[in-house]
Amino acid sequence: MIKIFLDSIKLTLVLAIITGLIYPLVITGLANIMFDDKANGSLLYDQNHKVIGSKLIGQVFTSNKYFQGRPSRAGNGYDALLSGGSNLGSTSQKLIEGNNNFDGIKQLAAKYRLVNRIDFTTKIPVEAVTASASGLDPDISYENALFQAPRIASARHLSQNKVTDLIERNVQKRELGFIGEPRINVLILNLDLDKLP
Amino acid sequence: MTFLGICQIFFFISLILLIAQPLGLYIYNVLEGNNTLFSGILRPSEMLIYRLANIDFCEEMNWLKYTQCVIAFSLVSMLLTYLLLMFQNLLPLNPMHFGLSDAPVYASKMTPDLAFNTAISFTTNTNWQSYAGETTMTYLSQMLALAFHNFVSAATGIAIAIAVIRGFIVNRVGTIGNFWTDLTRITIYILLPICIPIALLLVSQGVIQNLNPYLTFTTLDNHNQTLPFGLVASQEAIKNLGTNGGGFFNANSAHPFENPTPLTNLLEMLSIFIIPAALTYTFGKMVKDTRQGVALLTVMTVIFLIGTLVTYHFEAKGNPNFKPYNINYATSQLGDSGGNMEGKELRFGIANSSLFAVVTTDSSCGAVNCLHDCLTPMGGLITLLNIELGEVVFGGTGSGLYGIIVFAVLSVFIAGLMVGRTPEYLGKKIEKKEVKMAMLFILVAAFSILVFTAIASVINFPKDSFWNSFGSGTNNLNNVGPHGFSELLYAFSSCTGNNGSAFAGLSANTPFYNILLGIAMFLGRFFMIIPVLAMAGSLSKKKLVPASIGTFPTYSYLFVILLISVILIVGALTFFPALCLGPIIEEFLMRQGKLF
Repeated sequence: MIKIFLDSIKLTLVLAIITGLIYPLVITGLANIMFDDKANGSLLYDQNHKVIGSKLIGQVFTSNKYFQGRPSRAGNGYDALLSGGSNLGSTSQKLIEGNNNFDGIKQLAAKYRLVNRIDFTTKIPVEAVTASASGLDPDISYENALFQAPRIASARHLSQNKVTDLIERNVQKRELGFIGEPRINVLILNLDLDKLP
Repeated sequence: MTFLGICQIFFFISLILLIAQPLGLYIYNVLEGNNTLFSGILRPSEMLIYRLANIDFCEEMNWLKYTQCVIAFSLVSMLLTYLLLMFQNLLPLNPMHFGLSDAPVYASKMTPDLAFNTAISFTTNTNWQSYAGETTMTYLSQMLALAFHNFVSAATGIAIAIAVIRGFIVNRVGTIGNFWTDLTRITIYILLPICIPIALLLVSQGVIQNLNPYLTFTTLDNHNQTLPFGLVASQEAIKNLGTNGGGFFNANSAHPFENPTPLTNLLEMLSIFIIPAALTYTFGKMVKDTRQGVALLTVMTVIFLIGTLVTYHFEAKGNPNFKPYNINYATSQLGDSGGNMEGKELRFGIANSSLFAVVTTDSSCGAVNCLHDCLTPMGGLITLLNIELGEVVFGGTGSGLYGIIVFAVLSVFIAGLMVGRTPEYLGKKIEKKEVKMAMLFILVAAFSILVFTAIASVINFPKDSFWNSFGSGTNNLNNVGPHGFSELLYAFSSCTGNNGSAFAGLSANTPFYNILLGIAMFLGRFFMIIPVLAMAGSLSKKKLVPASIGTFPTYSYLFVILLISVILIVGALTFFPALCLGPIIEEFLMRQGKLF
């Protein structure tokens, strides 16, 4: 029995070094040689070479001249240190009707209608009033972007066609034509908006 | 449901069925000690490991010795993880100074009960996480204390499955292989070589892999954001391939740094299912009748497809409680970005989220790309039931195969009772001892899930209790009503089934839950391994009897149907009352518009 434990200790140490140190460090080396940008977070920079975000991680947009992402339950919204979602089930009163310090579907829908001046008879897309699992979802749907287009156009004094064109150009199609969902990256769309003359 | 959604589901399972055969053959060759593609480089490393660890690689072990080795190795590696976690603040690769006096405000503490729970969790291949990775774990803890277990706990599971098969194929020998060589070979010939390309593919799509400190900056619209970093891709690869499921970040495979695109999502789902599927072919090859493996794979595929389509159907239908607010969730108009989108990522949509949820609960992986707590009641029911069926539908790496072999033994036993003949499976007579061990395997799981859920549902804590906050144990739930009960039932099912996914609303990081769930994980791993290895030991001493005209063919359609029925009936009989109190009643109440 003692021999078995001694063997276990030795083998544990050897395998721990191989799989727990050598393997991840070799992958880190290879990844940084082959895909430097992606291994380090797909970061985006402004003109002064300052980081303004990661292509993959959603951000809070409160200003009227920017497209807004989906609701987020990560901290106070898109807090990348507190990734996570509501964890509320389909029959949760808190999820549907909200309470004093929590916006439910009811409040989120009302806010979305108010900000984008949509009347109650128009149906709004479900993804615009539900929070993602990570709370960091970088994307919105095409329908959601179209609903926000008039607000952006008027805040930036642009023609609505110009904004719609930009949306169309930013639609990311399904991978290989059938895998995943078509989507629009909000941060990239907003950066493109800023670049418009 | 959409046409494209269904296409994606069938595309996924077709890929699995295509890869299963060649990979299964490769695993067979590795475990038989035959020469394989990488033997030239790997054989010397294997020998070097034996020399370094001073291991006698020629020894043949009986079941008792094999079990002792499994348990000793698990205990030693669990202790290593516990110590690494407790002293992580003093060790290197801690760029954010977790556990030190100058730690950032968001850092959370490593307590002894959390370290205990985490060490058991990763040793038992469960990867239940009472912590949030990005605010608790140092980079060294992630790679050396946790990802190391992702390799060896998966390898241990495969080794046990192979040992059980050897119990069937040896003729009155009494030995079932050598645990040390099985463990070493599986790790360096199978897991490591597959992980390297997967990890690099993941990085090529945007999964991060670095040792940088966290980065704080001002966003485009002038808010502050801090991005966590780490060695994610290397860990992600083995997390899925070893059906471990412990995410680097709190949001697990929903986090864009862990799973940035639909392609990584497909790759991750493939890596979860591929070894369990391939092992059925290895099994067929070892018993010299590949039809036996095909029968098991058929059973798994059928149950998997039923579960996926049911979950997809209900998730696509959405939540009728959204109706009063005039929200469009019809998948006929929005495609797979309609339906029940709460707790789902847009890039995956309803189809890939439902598929991932079923894949991760059928196998004992437990990685999640959507929040299971937010699934519709029926979607949640399927994930819960998948775990409670004993993690045999593909199941964990190895544990799925030995689990379904236990069910196959029960099935031939039941068939034997019907015709009044001593049952046989794969040429071995199934007698009292085997059936006893098979029943023990099933009863331990039922005991752990149901009794512990019952305890947590009724327990009360006094004021200032060390164990939990004041009042009822159910105060830790995030939901009330039937969904709250589902949260508890899911936690104990997940831990006992060594799955590790969660209805994550439960605040489980208290001494009471950490320890009780830790015990559930321990029972769910070792009190399954011991009976199943004892069964293998007893079989290994028996004579091989050639099939006769009265032998029930265990590769026939009749057997496939019988095995599916036994799995479903045992699962349903054991857990139906509990499921009624949770998701089933919730479904009816949801349709009436009742909120809690």
